[in-house]
Amino acid sequence: MTSAALRTEADPGIVTRALNLWYADFQALKGIDLDIKRGEITSLIGPSGCGKTTLLRCFNRVNERYGYVRTTGEIKILGKNIYDPDVSLIELRKSVGMVFQRPNPLPISIYENIVFGMRIHHDRRQLSKSQLDAAVELALTEVGLWNELKDRLEQRATGLQLEQQQKLCIARLLPVKPEIILMDEPCSALDVEGTRAIEELMWALRGRYTIVIVTHNMAQARRASDECIFMLMGELVEHRSTAELFLNPANPKTAEYIEGRYG
Amino acid sequence: MEHEVVTLGAQPTRRSMAPGGDAARRRMVESLTEHVLEWVIRLCGISAILFVFGIFFFVLREGVGLLFGDFSLWKFLSSTEWYPTSRSNVRYGVLSLIVGTLSVTTTAMLIAVPFGLGAAIFVSEFCDKRAKEGLKIVIELLAAIPSVVWGFIGISVMNPLIQTVFHVPVGLNVLNGALLLALMSVPIMVSIGEDALKAVPDSFREAAVALGATRWQVIYRVLVPAAKNGLLAAVLLGVGRAVGETMAVLMATGHAVNIPHSVFDPVRTLTATIAAELGEASVGSPHYQVLFLIGILLFSITFAVNLTADLIVKGVRRK
Repeated sequence: MTSAALRTEADPGIVTRALNLWYADFQALKGIDLDIKRGEITSLIGPSGCGKTTLLRCFNRVNERYGYVRTTGEIKILGKNIYDPDVSLIELRKSVGMVFQRPNPLPISIYENIVFGMRIHHDRRQLSKSQLDAAVELALTEVGLWNELKDRLEQRATGLQLEQQQKLCIARLLPVKPEIILMDEPCSALDVEGTRAIEELMWALRGRYTIVIVTHNMAQARRASDECIFMLMGELVEHRSTAELFLNPANPKTAEYIEGRYG
Repeated sequence: MEHEVVTLGAQPTRRSMAPGGDAARRRMVESLTEHVLEWVIRLCGISAILFVFGIFFFVLREGVGLLFGDFSLWKFLSSTEWYPTSRSNVRYGVLSLIVGTLSVTTTAMLIAVPFGLGAAIFVSEFCDKRAKEGLKIVIELLAAIPSVVWGFIGISVMNPLIQTVFHVPVGLNVLNGALLLALMSVPIMVSIGEDALKAVPDSFREAAVALGATRWQVIYRVLVPAAKNGLLAAVLLGVGRAVGETMAVLMATGHAVNIPHSVFDPVRTLTATIAAELGEASVGSPHYQVLFLIGILLFSITFAVNLTADLIVKGVRRK
C-alpha cells in the first residue's frame, strides 16, 4: 500500500470522462465527468432511478454481469482506464472493493469469509496458516469486531447481527488490500446504532482508502462525507464539498432536492 | 314473466333485509357444495398416503407368510444361489441380485453424478435465458422416453458399441445398463440440482464476483457449498430412480445371475428378477412369495433413499 502522505489533491482516485451507460435501450448515465479525490469520502445522492447506484457499479464493472449493459467513455482509476482491453477484471476488483445494500456475508464461517479474497487470489501453497490468522485478526481489528468475535471465528457468518454482518463485509475487503471501497447504501438495512457504527468506521478508514458511498439519506451524506455529488435523471448536476453543497447549492435543482421538494 | 322480473329486481334489497325462501335455498346449496368439495379435496390429499400404505400392506401380505415357515431370512440375503424352479433343491439366495442392483446403480451414478450436476451448473450459471429454457425442455424430454425404448437402445445401439469399443464378447452387461440408467436419472438431477442452485441468493454471487472471483471460483467456492444439501438431494433422487428402474436394465444387463467382477460382466437386478419371473410363478407358491419379499426389499431401499433425500431438502429449508 502506498502511504497516505503521498496522496495529494492533485492525485485523483477516480476520474470519469463522457461516461454513458445503457441498459438495453434505456440510457441510465448521460455524459458523466467527475473527479473523485483520493483518500476522501464522496457521497452520491439523488432521487431513486437517478443513476447513482449504476455509476457506483461501473467503478468495479460489476454491472457487466448483466449481458444487456453497454458503456461508452472512460473511467480512470489510479490513472488507468478500466475499460481498456488489457485490464484484468480480477485485478480491478482487487483494488476496488464493494459493500452492498444488504449485508451479504457468504454462508461459510466468519474466518473463511475474511480470508475468502486471499484464497481466491493466491495459490493454496502461498498461504500459511499463520498468515491467514494474522490477516483475520488485522481485518477484524480494523472494523472493531475482533474483541466481539475472536472466540467464535468458526461460526457461520450468516448468523451474526446485521450490523456485525455489514462490518464483516467491510472487513473481508481489507486483506485483498483495495485502494477504493464502494458502498451501496450500506446502512439501509441497519438501525440507528448500526448506522452510527458504520459511519464511524468509514471515518476511521478514511485516508487509507478512497470511499464512495451511495445513500438515500441526505443527513447521512451530510454527516459522513467530504464531498457530495448530486445526480438527477442520469446526469451529474453538482459536485462540491459536502458543506458547500448543503449550505449554498449552486444549482436550483440541488437546492430543491435537499430541501425535500422532491425525491 | 313479469313476476320473475320483479323478483330479480327486488332480490338484492330483500336479501339484505331478511333472507327469503329463494336466497336461503341458494345459500344452503352453496354451503352444501362447499362441504362436498372440501371433502373431495381432502380425500385427494389423503389418498396418496392411503395408496402408499395400501401398496406396502399388499406386498407385505403376499410375501411375509414365508418368514414364519422354515425359511431363513439370513440365507435369503446372504446366499448367491438363486434356483427358484429347481425340482430337486430349490434355493432362494438373492445376494447376486442385490449385488447386481448395487453394481449397476453405482456405475450409473459414477457416470450420472458428474454429468447431471455439471449440466445443472451449466444450465443455472452459464446459459442465457433462452438457451436455458431450450436446454431444460430437451433434458426433460430425456425423462419422457419410455424405459422399454431405452431397453431397445441398450440392445441395438449400446450392445454393438460396447463390443467394438472395449473388445468384449458381450455388450449386454453392467456398463450397458449403467449407461442407460445414467441417462435416465440425469433429468431428475438436472432439474432438482438447478432448483437448488437457483435458490442460492444472487447476493452471494455478487459478493464473490466483487471480490474478484472468477466464474469457476464462484461455483466451487460459493455456489456448491451453499447449495450442497439440494445437490445431495438431487443425487439421491437420481439413485432412487436408478434402483427402481426395471425394464431397461432387464433388457440391457444380460439377465444372468452372477456376481460381477468387472463392468463387462452381465448381471441381473432385483427389479428385473421380479418382472421376469412373477408371471411364471404360481400364485401363493414359495417362489411367488419370495418375489414379493424381493419387492419388500426394493421398497425399503427406495423408501430409505427418498426419505433421506426428503430430510436433506427439509434441512435446507430450515436454515
